[in-house]
Amino acid sequence: MSEVSEDEDLSPVVTSNRTMNIVVALALMVVATVVMVSSYRLGAGWAKNVGPDSGYFPFYVSLFMFITSGATLIQNVFWRSAEGQRGFIKQHELMMVLQVLIPMFIFVVLSIYIGIYISMALFVGFFMTWHGRYPIYKTLPVMLALPVVLFVVFEIWFLVPLPKGPFEAWLGY
Amino acid sequence: MDAFFSLMHGFDVLLTPMNLAYMVVGLLFGVLLGFLPGVGGANGIAILLPLTFSMPNTTAIIMLAAIYWGALFGGCISAILFNIPGEPWSVATTFDGHPLAKQGRAGEAITASMTSSFIGAFFATVVLTFLAPIVANFALDFGPPEYFSVYLLTFCSFVGMGRQSPFKVISAMMLGFAFASVGTDDITGGLRLTFGTETLLTGFHFLIAVIGLFGIGEILVTIEKGLHFEGRSAKINPYVVWQTWKKLPQYWVTIVRGTLVGIWLGVTPGGATPASFMSYGLAKRFSKNGPLFGTGQLEGVVAPETAAHSAGTSALLPMLTLGIPGSPTAAVLLGGLLIWGLQPGPLLFVEQKDFVWGLIASIYLGNVVGLVIVLSTVPLWASIMRIPFSIIAPIIIVVCAIGSYTLSNAPADLIFMVMFGVIGYLFKKLDYPLAPMVLAIVLGGRAESSFRQAMIGSQGDISTFWSNGLVGSITALSMVMLFWPLISMLIGKLLRRRTPAAASAN
Repeated sequence: MSEVSEDEDLSPVVTSNRTMNIVVALALMVVATVVMVSSYRLGAGWAKNVGPDSGYFPFYVSLFMFITSGATLIQNVFWRSAEGQRGFIKQHELMMVLQVLIPMFIFVVLSIYIGIYISMALFVGFFMTWHGRYPIYKTLPVMLALPVVLFVVFEIWFLVPLPKGPFEAWLGY
Repeated sequence: MDAFFSLMHGFDVLLTPMNLAYMVVGLLFGVLLGFLPGVGGANGIAILLPLTFSMPNTTAIIMLAAIYWGALFGGCISAILFNIPGEPWSVATTFDGHPLAKQGRAGEAITASMTSSFIGAFFATVVLTFLAPIVANFALDFGPPEYFSVYLLTFCSFVGMGRQSPFKVISAMMLGFAFASVGTDDITGGLRLTFGTETLLTGFHFLIAVIGLFGIGEILVTIEKGLHFEGRSAKINPYVVWQTWKKLPQYWVTIVRGTLVGIWLGVTPGGATPASFMSYGLAKRFSKNGPLFGTGQLEGVVAPETAAHSAGTSALLPMLTLGIPGSPTAAVLLGGLLIWGLQPGPLLFVEQKDFVWGLIASIYLGNVVGLVIVLSTVPLWASIMRIPFSIIAPIIIVVCAIGSYTLSNAPADLIFMVMFGVIGYLFKKLDYPLAPMVLAIVLGGRAESSFRQAMIGSQGDISTFWSNGLVGSITALSMVMLFWPLISMLIGKLLRRRTPAAASAN
């Protein structure tokens, strides 16, 4: 696995650091604006008998965030640095990240609805077949062992409840 | 001598079978976490925190601190054998550690790194033992203005000492403060920034942020590189250990320097990672072996490891005495204290003697036991590393999810964890620092309260932060730290202007 294959090396760069810096700075400025507006409505000044009002601290905090993110934005828009020109991510790298991020998100959402034990079995199973290309007879034992071990550790040993769904209810938990 | 007797009392507290057993469990778990890329001390402790709610406080902190020591030890095994730093602070260890492993000297490298870690930690603990009570005593007189100025210094230090763009440092920090202020306002009890949703009523818990930023974010960064483990095997036996120990004394200058750098960066909020880089850089510059660094020098392993471990240990000093953690992992431990209902700060030394001294005693013992355990179990860990990442990665993610959920049984926390994971990934890739952000989430509420109390006390007069010598000098120092990037730029310009002038004068 340690050999970098040729098509990975030639994989095109999706976006540059400069573009991503601009996107993130803009996103931070949007967050800052939302927080500022919300805190200002709450009262960002001096309140009687309270001192600085509830919105005071978040307001100024997000004001600073707005200014510094603005500075990062300006830096990246007007000055071209060697660092900024460097690629942020290559296509095959982005695919790798998405192939983890999307299943992770599905796993988390599934956990909320059908319980974490079934979801983790599916998640590990998916990972091993898709990324590891393991045959089913190697995948199945892990899919079974992981939830059972964690169930014993958490629900029985430490008495810490984890999200459970219809299947666990059917088993009597 | 007071500190010495208190320490003896601490050993008395520590030496119960239950505390010792949990310490060993913590150490083993910590080595495992430190060793695996993608999970580290900070989020390992975050994941295990909910399991400690039912334990006695002292046992809980001993176990969690042991995870921290274990993680500090564990990071270097994967760095040396696989060239994959298990923890950010072992990045500098790969520079010389992996070349050594390639030459078949992995055993020596691991022994040297573990032993120098141990020495660094030991001296930092001695400093902690004798300095902490003094600092705590001093801090007993602190009021809200003093506390706020210390918080200010903590956060401004990130700007002054960080190597990242000061704008990005401040943006990340302020985002942390913004996250911290969502939910219930501690002073008025009113709601804020919840945008009418019920999910945000309780705010963002910092442990979710830690698990997301450090755990999930790290996994995403790791997976992008495709992860190919190409391991070297390590032969470790008493003979190798003994031979390496005989060589170490000649590096005493590097060890002393590393320890001092570590203690300095641990007490001021730099943390273990910058300390290890700084110590490696200094050793490279001042050692006579310097030019050979990077080709597999034992000294190049000794330098970062001493500093990382002594920084990690001394980060507890401001955490215990002032309630200000010197590193993200110490920040999570601080969060633990708050959850267990303990108020970190100088009063801890007065009211919770068993807790504080039990913890400090456990650092001494934990490092000795840790050294023995790690040196004797290296092959075991190396074999775990041979389990492919396609099995380890989903298990790490599952464990992170469990840790997030058990914190307050809130399903939404799982979604927040993924959200923080994406933020962590982007920030890491774009060189936004995560440490000040985590610290801001942890300390946001306390910093805000001390500011508002100080303001109420002074009727809105901002000059209260200059009202006496102590608070004035801390505030002034904070300002120097905040504007340090600007100041150092100006000094640099002045010097450059003078140098040509001096040259022409000759």
